[in-house]
Amino acid sequence: MGRTLTFKIFRYNPNKDNDSPQVESYQMEETQRLNVFTALNTLRETQASDLMFDFVCRAGICGSCGMMINGRPTLACRTLTSDLPETIELYPLPFFKLLGDLSVDTGIWFREMAEKVESWIHTQEEFDPQATEERMDNDIANKIYEAERCIECGCCLAGCATVQVYPDFLGAAGLNRIGRLMNDPRDQRGDQEWFELVSTESGVFGCIGMMACDDVCPKDLPLLEVFSYIRRKLSKIELSK
Amino acid sequence: MSKIITTDVLVIGAGLAGERAAIASASKGLNVIILSLVPPRRSHSSAAQGGMQASLGNSAKGKGDNPTIHWLDTVKGSDWGADQEVVRIFADNAPIAMREMAHYGVPWNRVEGGPRDVYIKGKKTTIVEDDEKEGLITARDFGGTAKWRTCYTADGTGHTVLYTMDNLVVQHGITVHDRMEAIRLIHHDGKCLGAVVRSLRDGEIMAYMSKSTVIATGGYGRIYGESTNAIINEGSGSWLALQTGVVPLANMEAVQFHPTGIVPTDILVTEGCRGDGGLLLDVDEYRFMPDYEPEKQELASRDVVSRRMKEHMLKGKGVQSPYGEHLWLDLRHLGEEHLKTKLREVYDICMHFIGVNPIKEFIPVRPTQHYSMGGIRVNKDGHAYNMEGLFALGEVSCWDLHGFNRLGGNSLAETVVAGMVVGEKIAKYASKASLVADVGLAEEFTKTEKDKIARLFNNRNGENVYKLRNEIASLLTTHVHIFRFGEGLEKAVDCLKNIVKRTENVQVKTKVLGMNPELSSALRLEGMAKQALLIAEGALRRTESRGAHSREDYPDRDDANWLSRTLARWPDPKEDPIFTYEPVGVLDLPPGDRGYGGGQQISIKETIEEYNANVDIVQKAEGRLDPSEPTGSRLPKERWKEVQ
Ligand SMILES: Cc1cc2nc3c(=O)[nH]c(=O)nc-3n(C[C@H](O)[C@H](O)[C@H](O)COP(=O)(O)OP(=O)(O)OC[C@H]3O[C@@H](n4cnc5c(N)ncnc54)[C@H](O)[C@@H]3O)c2cc1C
Ligand code: SF4
Ligand code: SF4
Ligand code: FES
Repeated sequence: MGRTLTFKIFRYNPNKDNDSPQVESYQMEETQRLNVFTALNTLRETQASDLMFDFVCRAGICGSCGMMINGRPTLACRTLTSDLPETIELYPLPFFKLLGDLSVDTGIWFREMAEKVESWIHTQEEFDPQATEERMDNDIANKIYEAERCIECGCCLAGCATVQVYPDFLGAAGLNRIGRLMNDPRDQRGDQEWFELVSTESGVFGCIGMMACDDVCPKDLPLLEVFSYIRRKLSKIELSK
Repeated sequence: MSKIITTDVLVIGAGLAGERAAIASASKGLNVIILSLVPPRRSHSSAAQGGMQASLGNSAKGKGDNPTIHWLDTVKGSDWGADQEVVRIFADNAPIAMREMAHYGVPWNRVEGGPRDVYIKGKKTTIVEDDEKEGLITARDFGGTAKWRTCYTADGTGHTVLYTMDNLVVQHGITVHDRMEAIRLIHHDGKCLGAVVRSLRDGEIMAYMSKSTVIATGGYGRIYGESTNAIINEGSGSWLALQTGVVPLANMEAVQFHPTGIVPTDILVTEGCRGDGGLLLDVDEYRFMPDYEPEKQELASRDVVSRRMKEHMLKGKGVQSPYGEHLWLDLRHLGEEHLKTKLREVYDICMHFIGVNPIKEFIPVRPTQHYSMGGIRVNKDGHAYNMEGLFALGEVSCWDLHGFNRLGGNSLAETVVAGMVVGEKIAKYASKASLVADVGLAEEFTKTEKDKIARLFNNRNGENVYKLRNEIASLLTTHVHIFRFGEGLEKAVDCLKNIVKRTENVQVKTKVLGMNPELSSALRLEGMAKQALLIAEGALRRTESRGAHSREDYPDRDDANWLSRTLARWPDPKEDPIFTYEPVGVLDLPPGDRGYGGGQQISIKETIEEYNANVDIVQKAEGRLDPSEPTGSRLPKERWKEVQ
């Protein structure tokens, strides 16, 4: 016997006059291997044609579908209903600007983060189309990739206490990006530049280290390691001053 | 009055192709605006796992590789449908593109000197990597290639390359307007002047006016419903071109089915699985591919593997499941370490989406719609037929690198190479052109779109958007899939013609402006129905089998009649579309046997010289604009003989 699921969904359309936030309930029969992506689309096609949410890859790769599922920030597309109780509460990710119902504006936040940390390789060297590529150790390539796997879903920010207090705080995702670039021998930024970037309250000192982010990251990024790597690097820079 | 935004270059699409082209213009000091349905890094390019082809020849199994061998593989893979000159431009530039991306930060996997164990054709083998190549970009094996040529970053290649590209976009300060959908091109007298755009945040309709307009909107796979593509890939970019009435969509019947979509979610697991030694098994756990393709086995080109899988299932060897029939992919022998590092994304997908542990269990797979070889027809500079100032590149275009079958790893590489090559042409065009900010024209085009929305709101007792969309998908999946029969295709064409009419009467129940997902779908529906018809009718008319287009009733490749590219236009929206054909391009490698896939060939009637003499004349008559260099100038003669 399949279960009957009750979805309690946060509804609010800021573009509709006189709309106010509320929670609406929808019911649905559970099918085998149902995930929240399929469930929400079915609801939209059959019960709530105006329901707003974001999916792109539906494969846990693009980071579009972060939302609060029964109080936990996670990717909706890779959440199976069989892992949840019969009542499923869906809320948009907090902290980001609400666009409507379950849809939030993560894109703008991440673009600003990229601007703040200057998320590109800083190098004086011009690209020479005729030259063989610079060599790199495969271990280093793998290490960079490890941090590069962040999909900008925003779950770590939704669970972070610091970012609620300091909106400028770069969050786990921002610090992880910095760690990724610090690890990259192609980025020629010097100690002083890194120091200025991370040694502030919006940088690594803002973090209170409760590791809510590490716990929720759907990509299992080793955020703990990244933070301690950055802290170690900072103290080294301080010592050498 | 609608808002008007002006820029030098308007790029519609923020995947790899669009972003690389935008960077080419921005670095020439031009103003660029990129539009995207979603934040750039969420574009479908990010989902590509496997890698991109470039003949760097650093890995032991890639030794001796060069652009000519890459060219040969690609032309053969296309079943001679590709434009051989475009393939040359591509193969020559692919190594440069990989190195450029390395320079800007992609953490490509690198050669590690010394011996290592790999699986080749199901057997464990030791290969020895050259110590002198240590630290250079390495490559893995992909289907249909003579050498190991696919550069990769574990199995997140699209992700790392797109993130690196988008970092460059940020560095160049390029403006991106995300959650914006181009819904109509603004054009006049065969000249493109920009686009009408609908905000997916608040529903506002605006006009963007530009000197050159670039469509880089990716594939249309979702018209098939069951597809490995992202759910935003609904063909709204190719629809922009078709709507003009004059720009042709080419080879829409050339649709690729990937052998390994997982069941039931249709999520792709990469070709890298088979490249790294994964095996296909049937209901009896028997490895069947060597029986059909003794030489290439699991790594024949995608059209061949997909077809063989279907053939085998038709023999009753499929595995039955509540979600339909499938086969098995076996990766167990690759071991935990390999699966959790080199194929980690695959491991995650199986665990999270279908609850299968590939270290211990088989993965249920079946061939699934994956890639659209066809698209907006452009010349070798990426300039659209019949429309000055309009460019297209990436999966949405038919530049024609892939002909009737694209090789794995070639399309991600195409996005970046075309971004470089076509990107230069776009910048050059925009530097010379002047902006025509014709307010009256902008108003006329935006008004038509606003009226359309009002009509969708006002229709009474109209059709349901989602129901129609599902009908289209089911027609394509039933009749225009891997194997195609005349009778089924006729049925699909008839039904789709009817559906095209019904789209006029769609009724949108949610009457708010704002994000309104139902309205967004309704606005895309006519385009989806019309493109579905072009796919089905193109397939019906093409009475041969070539690459991914496989007609049961016409099993041979017929070069006497069909060594041609299909062009479809829709001049009058109320009438039927028009089909014409042009030569595929200048031939250098004469049509021959691909060496896999079976089937006979019917030889071309004329000599190669006669065929080639016609190319320029016919293509011009079809509306091809003159490229910056003469036709064939980039195709050195008979260089392939050096590597045979
Ligand atoms: C699962 C999967 C795996 C793949 N793996 C590989 C691989 O390993 N190797 C390989 O070579 N190829 C691979 N491919 C193919 C390859 O990923 C795509 O062909 C390629 O990424 C397409 O890039 P693009 O830039 O053309 O378009 P996309 O990356 O799809 O970008 C399209 C952009 O256009 C925007 N857009 C669309 N319509 C509109 C509109 N109307 N208005 C405004 N913006 C719009 C979107 O928002 C998006 O930004 C894979 C494909 C799939 C489905
Ligand atoms: S660090 Fe993890 S949780 Fe945070 S944005 Fe990246 S992937 Fe998401
Ligand atoms: S550890 Fe730091 S970044 Fe992570 S949630 Fe806590 S305060 Fe935020
Ligand atoms: S839709 Fe892409 S991660 Fe969920």
